[in-house]
Amino acid sequence: MRPDEVTNMAHGNAAAGYGDHHGPPKGVMRWLTTTNHKDIGTMYLVFSLTMFLIGGLFAMLIRAELFQPGLQLFNPGFYNQLTTMHALIMVFGAVMPATVGLANWMVPLQIGAADMALPRMNLFSFWLLFFAFMLLISTLFVPGGAPAAGWTLYPPLVLQTGNAFPMAVFAIHLMGASSIMGAINIIVTIVNMRTPGMTLLKMPLFSWSWLITAYLLIAVMPVFAGGVTMLLTDYYFHTSFFNAAGGGDPVLFQHVFWFFGHPEVYIMILPAFGIISEIIPTFSRKPIFGYEAMVYAIASIGFLSFIVWAHHMFTVGMPLAGQLFFTLSTMLIAVPTGVKIFNWTATMWRGSISFEPPMLFALAFLFLFTIGGFSGLMVAIVPADFQYHDTYFVVAHFHYVLVPGAVFAIMAAVYYWLPKWTGHMYDMTIAKWHFWLTAIFVNVLFFPQHFLGLAGMQRRIPDYPTQFTDWNMVSSIGGFGFGLSQLLFVWLIIRCVKGGERATAGVWDWPHGLEWTVPSPAPYHTFEKAPELH
Amino acid sequence: MVAPPRKSNRGLVGRLLLMVAGSFAFGFALVPLYDVFCEVTGIGTRAQLNRASAPDASAPDMSRVVTVEFTASVPDSGPWEFAPVVASMEVHPGRLYEARYSAHNLTGRDTTGQAVPSITPLRAAQYFRKTECFCFTPQRFTRDEKRDLRVRFIVDRDLPRGIDRLTLSYAFYDVARLAGGKG
Amino acid sequence: MSTVKRNSKLPAAAGALAALFALPARADWSLLNMPKGVSVLSREIYDMHMIMLWICFAIAVVTFGAMIFAMIRFRKSKGAVADTKLLHNARLEAAWTLVPTIILIAMAIPSVDKLIKIEDMSGSKLTVKVTGYQWYWQYEYLGRGVSFYSRLARTSDIARQLGSGIDPYTVENYLLEVDKPLVIPTGTKIRLLLTANDVIHAWWVPDFGMKRDAIPGFMNEMWISVDADKPGTYRGKCAELCGADHGFMPIVVVAMPPAEFEAWLAQQELRQ
Repeated sequence: MRPDEVTNMAHGNAAAGYGDHHGPPKGVMRWLTTTNHKDIGTMYLVFSLTMFLIGGLFAMLIRAELFQPGLQLFNPGFYNQLTTMHALIMVFGAVMPATVGLANWMVPLQIGAADMALPRMNLFSFWLLFFAFMLLISTLFVPGGAPAAGWTLYPPLVLQTGNAFPMAVFAIHLMGASSIMGAINIIVTIVNMRTPGMTLLKMPLFSWSWLITAYLLIAVMPVFAGGVTMLLTDYYFHTSFFNAAGGGDPVLFQHVFWFFGHPEVYIMILPAFGIISEIIPTFSRKPIFGYEAMVYAIASIGFLSFIVWAHHMFTVGMPLAGQLFFTLSTMLIAVPTGVKIFNWTATMWRGSISFEPPMLFALAFLFLFTIGGFSGLMVAIVPADFQYHDTYFVVAHFHYVLVPGAVFAIMAAVYYWLPKWTGHMYDMTIAKWHFWLTAIFVNVLFFPQHFLGLAGMQRRIPDYPTQFTDWNMVSSIGGFGFGLSQLLFVWLIIRCVKGGERATAGVWDWPHGLEWTVPSPAPYHTFEKAPELH
Repeated sequence: MVAPPRKSNRGLVGRLLLMVAGSFAFGFALVPLYDVFCEVTGIGTRAQLNRASAPDASAPDMSRVVTVEFTASVPDSGPWEFAPVVASMEVHPGRLYEARYSAHNLTGRDTTGQAVPSITPLRAAQYFRKTECFCFTPQRFTRDEKRDLRVRFIVDRDLPRGIDRLTLSYAFYDVARLAGGKG
Repeated sequence: MSTVKRNSKLPAAAGALAALFALPARADWSLLNMPKGVSVLSREIYDMHMIMLWICFAIAVVTFGAMIFAMIRFRKSKGAVADTKLLHNARLEAAWTLVPTIILIAMAIPSVDKLIKIEDMSGSKLTVKVTGYQWYWQYEYLGRGVSFYSRLARTSDIARQLGSGIDPYTVENYLLEVDKPLVIPTGTKIRLLLTANDVIHAWWVPDFGMKRDAIPGFMNEMWISVDADKPGTYRGKCAELCGADHGFMPIVVVAMPPAEFEAWLAQQELRQ
């Protein structure tokens, strides 16, 4: 669709009277009762930003303790609560709800549907998540404190958790149910409600990424639920799933957890891939290179993610054949991932590139996620992994793929679609300051952790031998800088919601996709009549 | 607002919910599947490790000597003395041997103990056949009782050539103490 | 709306420089890489690690090179016009699917012989049973009747308490010293049996190149072997979160020539 066609369509829509006749209800009741995908998307996004700041606060506390050797701030038990909660909040409270929020806002708009397939279940999913997190965060204040066994919850250690244990398990069940319902909603919406003429292979890549992600969620979230249920019965009802005394095996939990856990990390990154596939074409002013290959790549990454899980467990004492198999399967996942990176680069090739904030974040993703990919290749290979496992090298790897990976993609998406949501352009200067400070500090924060891991610093410790001081100090400075820079992001969003230069329907110079054919801000109800595809 | 078509959604939602249920069941199925996996790879399932084997009728391999070590631990189970009587034996594959573990209940009350076996290296587990053992059978001990627990075994002649030493280890648990624990 | 593209490297360099100025005077920049270690295995793993690093670096040069070239050459601000028909190139796409597959499989192949060696416990001359506790280790020399606990050294333990006021730099081998180290002979393949008393721990000495989990109720094994010409003290740590003091149960191994070791062991046997 050419840019001028987009603008014409937007005017056409407005002229035909698809704007608001009646606004949504005012006040708190609006947010408690809305079944509108845009409102629910907004709620998920606001929730996720809040959780990002809370999880980020925990990270700042962690880096503050690690700034110098010796224990200055926390006793070790509480420190373990901080690391556990930081991860649980970031994974389940920040990244996943953000991508769900983006899906809620954008999938119906991208496929030309009036709303999600199951709007009331959509609302229920959100509030379930909200309640789950209130429960999880409240564990910090009960006797024994929050869970402190790592977000991976390995028994027998996790069975030493105090009163927080059933609360955490219940919170996980609720949060899992919320995700599963959301995933069902997305699949049904995409499968049943695409506008006529939009075959699957004409669907935007962000929606494609969510179709695959939703199937992954349905396949593995219930396994996680089963695993924590087994923990619960071991804790209270003398089952022995993971207790050697009764014939069980702690390693069984690791298998169950990582069978969920590995697809889980792809659940976090696939929507990010989808976002990048939207943004790079827009700011290169040409369509994505190799659309079908991108679809097959995402689908094969989704499939392969099921057969690599034991690479998180190489040191448990695994048969040789198992170690070799999982090394090989993990290496193979790099192939479709590489294809995507090459296709994004090829999209820029012989394009006409401009560097607005969404593109800045997308390009930073391209570089820095790839670095995370390289460290991932290294940890995939036993026996080298015997030296990397449970060290800061792994911490560096997954933070590179998650922070300048998933989080940057989410920020890029916000910068990309915020004018569509609010109707206002945001302050470009603040946005660019936010970008540069974030991009620099994220590297100061995480790059030295590669060195720390290689030099022998293990994970999940509040204090360390003095030879690790210098890189820890650098990393902590990076952490404080990174954390403070996010305040710019919050401020920018608040200001943009309140006002700013009016945004057009197309917003950017070269928009593509149905979402750019409706006015900005997008009317409360859109595509009540299925749009025609050109 | 136009309501989305209900009828066409129901079928798909139903199928997806079935997938969810199937996934949940799969999580629990992983428990027995774990055993299947251990059996297939030769590490040996709990059942295999505990089952008494029939004595091997064929003659022992006198040309080969394998060292079998015995070790014991009492994980977090209170005041017990539990140790192998003999630390190691040089054995010929195919011949029946007997080893004993001495257990002494120092908990100050009548109680029940239970031993969980473990064989290293993993690959050797399926070649270590116990014809009689006290694995997993609850052992009743009166207060201050001390007695020997017996295990009879044959190292299979098919034990891979690269293994010259294997270790039988028992983790001894006080089941009464465990039952009185959390929850 | 488009911005002038600044050199992406400059702000990054400036940021790194700023971070540098914030550092204390006693900088230890030598801590960049994995140790080569003191065993054949640790050296092989180091070599493997370096090869992988170089391969990744080479791939990075090509990939990032292409990205940077594209970002500079095809800027709208310099008048680039988009070629909206550039959507496919079957040969290129096939190449960048097949070539990485081959490279990756090639990277994995050197693992095989090393893994076989790691899993081969034969030829060991000594067995030590290692038991992880919350939060210390127990070492038992099987068949010799010598067994003892190995705990964080008192000086470190006092200094590491919250608000102790003691500067860790004044404690020798802070958090890397124990009251009674594990003693082993050099030039000998030693089999370690690993288990735990309560929760999962893991035994790791970077200089030996191996790490394995210690799981309660189960026995794991691994072997280590210090080069005959490398007697000395080697320090390691618990490498699996095991509770509050996970960071405070270090491992110290003293490797000495076999004759000295036998003398030491004989002395320990007398004491037990």
